[in-house]
Amino acid sequence: MLVVENVTKRFSGVTALENITLEIHGAEVTAIIGENGAGKSTLMKILSGVYPEYEGRIIFKGNTVRFSNPKEAQECGIAIIHQELNLIPYLSITENIFLGREMETSFGALDKKAMRNKTRELLEKLKLKVEPDTLIVDLKVGQQQIVEIAKALLTESEVIIMDEPTSAITESEVKVLFEIINNLRSENKAIVYISHKLDELFKIADRYIVLRDGKMIESGRMDGMKTDDIIQKMVGREINLIRRKDLQCTSEDVLCVKNLSLKNPNRKTEDFLKDISFSLKKGEVLGIFGLMGAGRTELLETIFGLHPKLAKGEITMDGKIVPITSSSSAIKAGLALVPEDRKKDGLVLGLDVQKNIGITTLKENQTLGVLLNDGKESKLCEKYREDLKIKTSSVKQTADSLSGGNQQKIVIAKWLATNPKVLLLDEPTRGIDINAKNEIYKLILSLADKGMGIIMVSSELPEILAVSDRVLVMSEGVVTAEIPIAEASEEIILKAAIPNSI
Amino acid sequence: MELKLYKPYLVKFQSLIALLILCLLISILSDKFLTMSNGWNVMRQISVNITISVGMTLIVLTAGIDLSVGSVLALCGAITAGLLKNGIPLPSADLFVGFTLLGAIVIGLLLGFSLGGFNGWVITKFKVPPFVATLAMLTIARGLTFLYTEGFPISGMGEKFAYLGTGWLFGIPVPVWISAIVVAIAGVITNKTRLGRYIYAIGGNESASRLSGINVNKVKIVVYSIAGGLAATGGILVTSRLDSAQPNAGVSYELDSIAAVVIGGTSLAGGKGSVLGTVLGAIIIGVLNNGLVLLNVSPFWQQVVKGAVILLAVIIDKSNSKND
Repeated sequence: MLVVENVTKRFSGVTALENITLEIHGAEVTAIIGENGAGKSTLMKILSGVYPEYEGRIIFKGNTVRFSNPKEAQECGIAIIHQELNLIPYLSITENIFLGREMETSFGALDKKAMRNKTRELLEKLKLKVEPDTLIVDLKVGQQQIVEIAKALLTESEVIIMDEPTSAITESEVKVLFEIINNLRSENKAIVYISHKLDELFKIADRYIVLRDGKMIESGRMDGMKTDDIIQKMVGREINLIRRKDLQCTSEDVLCVKNLSLKNPNRKTEDFLKDISFSLKKGEVLGIFGLMGAGRTELLETIFGLHPKLAKGEITMDGKIVPITSSSSAIKAGLALVPEDRKKDGLVLGLDVQKNIGITTLKENQTLGVLLNDGKESKLCEKYREDLKIKTSSVKQTADSLSGGNQQKIVIAKWLATNPKVLLLDEPTRGIDINAKNEIYKLILSLADKGMGIIMVSSELPEILAVSDRVLVMSEGVVTAEIPIAEASEEIILKAAIPNSI
Repeated sequence: MELKLYKPYLVKFQSLIALLILCLLISILSDKFLTMSNGWNVMRQISVNITISVGMTLIVLTAGIDLSVGSVLALCGAITAGLLKNGIPLPSADLFVGFTLLGAIVIGLLLGFSLGGFNGWVITKFKVPPFVATLAMLTIARGLTFLYTEGFPISGMGEKFAYLGTGWLFGIPVPVWISAIVVAIAGVITNKTRLGRYIYAIGGNESASRLSGINVNKVKIVVYSIAGGLAATGGILVTSRLDSAQPNAGVSYELDSIAAVVIGGTSLAGGKGSVLGTVLGAIIIGVLNNGLVLLNVSPFWQQVVKGAVILLAVIIDKSNSKND
């Protein structure tokens, strides 16, 4: 029904998809499998018209199509249901379903009755027993998802793409969803199903397609496959990095985390973090791996004091208790966090390099206790510019004009300026080019050699294996494995990371 | 080619250039414009707006806004005037608590700081958008002003008090001195101190600032307090100049102040702009007002022209930043 032929997509030099060719059939559920960053979402965004520019072609029901926006794709019959649902909370189900394609009476007024009836019909078909006038906010997440499906059915979509549809819903809701998917399949619809939960895929999918590093690895029928077979296909990327020969770290713990929990403010029953304990030695690089939603980012944020009201547990550094109440107390204790999204949380893009680096140490750079000492600050920045090889014409250049790699170095520099004992890195190489990645790896290792404790969260397995001394694996808010690097392999780590895998 | 070379300078000094052109135009059209007495008159009038707008600039730099400055100005002016003239009556003891000039002024200023601080507290503690929080304060402070004055002006505070608004020092009007000192201090704060750097950082990216260990809420409360204190300063200057505290003093001053900030090139989205730009913006508005009066333009047209200038300034600013 849908054929993708030699599709390549590049983002300013970085290849996200390389020469992908695949087929999606009607009356089948096709699972798309791959690590984070394998190219799944890029592919889905191309199919659904979010990215109109790519090389290669897409053939839908025998015709070559090229959608310039999601609406075109929808009208043609391809609908996508995103992980974050796109519904307007304070409008009713009917109003959401008909948004942008309202029915009108011959006088040009909204034909509410007809729309309501059509909505009722769709909801009945999907066995959702609520009134069409119910507001979206009053629905559970699982029900909202069904509304999204209803929206797709209204346009008579023949291909329905579901991106991690079960990530936020309960088990009974999953059952309902699977029933609906089965019904859709019997109506000859093509379902594209993206999920990390392999056991789910075994229940629902007919075929699988494995992506890795933007390349199509294999496709085939689901029958007869085992979890291990699929994991094997997902892994297998290499990073060439000279490892430290032997671990320099002493036996001294620099950071101890005990029974750390983090409540989910929206869903009382399910915590983001459940009873997490681990320790970090001086000079050690601890890699933390987990799939999307495993709680990796939340763990770092909680340690850094960003969730004072929801967190419980004890954090000690060098034997002293660190209050998990604010980032400033965390900084005082010697912690530093390089956040996942550097543009949103790491940098003030409109300010220059110097002001960004200097922001954490303004207190030390004052003369007379009031005025900022520009000379001292710029000397500090020049030092880091040289040490970290930040490529900028001067420290007075604004941060938004630099490349991702250089921006990341600025964020790291601003924290190194505080002389932290423990550096928390959240996806330190996301979205930066290979050379800059390698420089950051080297930097991490050299900082560890100097005795700094480093925790690196990453969703890239090769990166975890190349840099860490020890690996913690998280899944659904729990530490599921702790593996010394000598025993770690991609298969072992992935197995521990996949929820409920058999 | 040559124009391209000069473009960065043209952009950098665009408000200054606009001001010079404006002055040139008015002086050609009216021979009264370029006289000493008119010059000082304009400066004296502008000084109140400058004083308020400096506070507004700090707030806008943090990506906030303060609609209450006009009302806070009126309330603080009225209280200072009232304390000076009537003191606080204690009917039960049949006594009056009198206030010295300094005492009345200090209380007026402290009131301004506290009202501003209250704004900041509401905004940070309850996450009320600045627009709404200060809109409420606009009404509250105006109401309190009418309650305190019972709707009548308070006049006749004496010559000493009038000196602040009408006096001269070393050949320059006192309010001009005061606004100049305010500008100088604010210039140092924004460029040379931790607070200033934090203000720009918060306006540029609040989340990153918080993650860098900056106490964002504290900085915001301080900034709103400063703005309140400066509004009170403006209130005292206005009251002193007229030797009368009017219950409806300062109505729509917040708009003039925001206009000065915007014409001065400070982004309402926060993080970008300067105190000096605002000073230029305030001067442009003042000169424009003065010129239109001198040219006998009807007051109705004056408003239209002022609005058009604000629009023009922002459009030019936007198109410049797009080209960068």
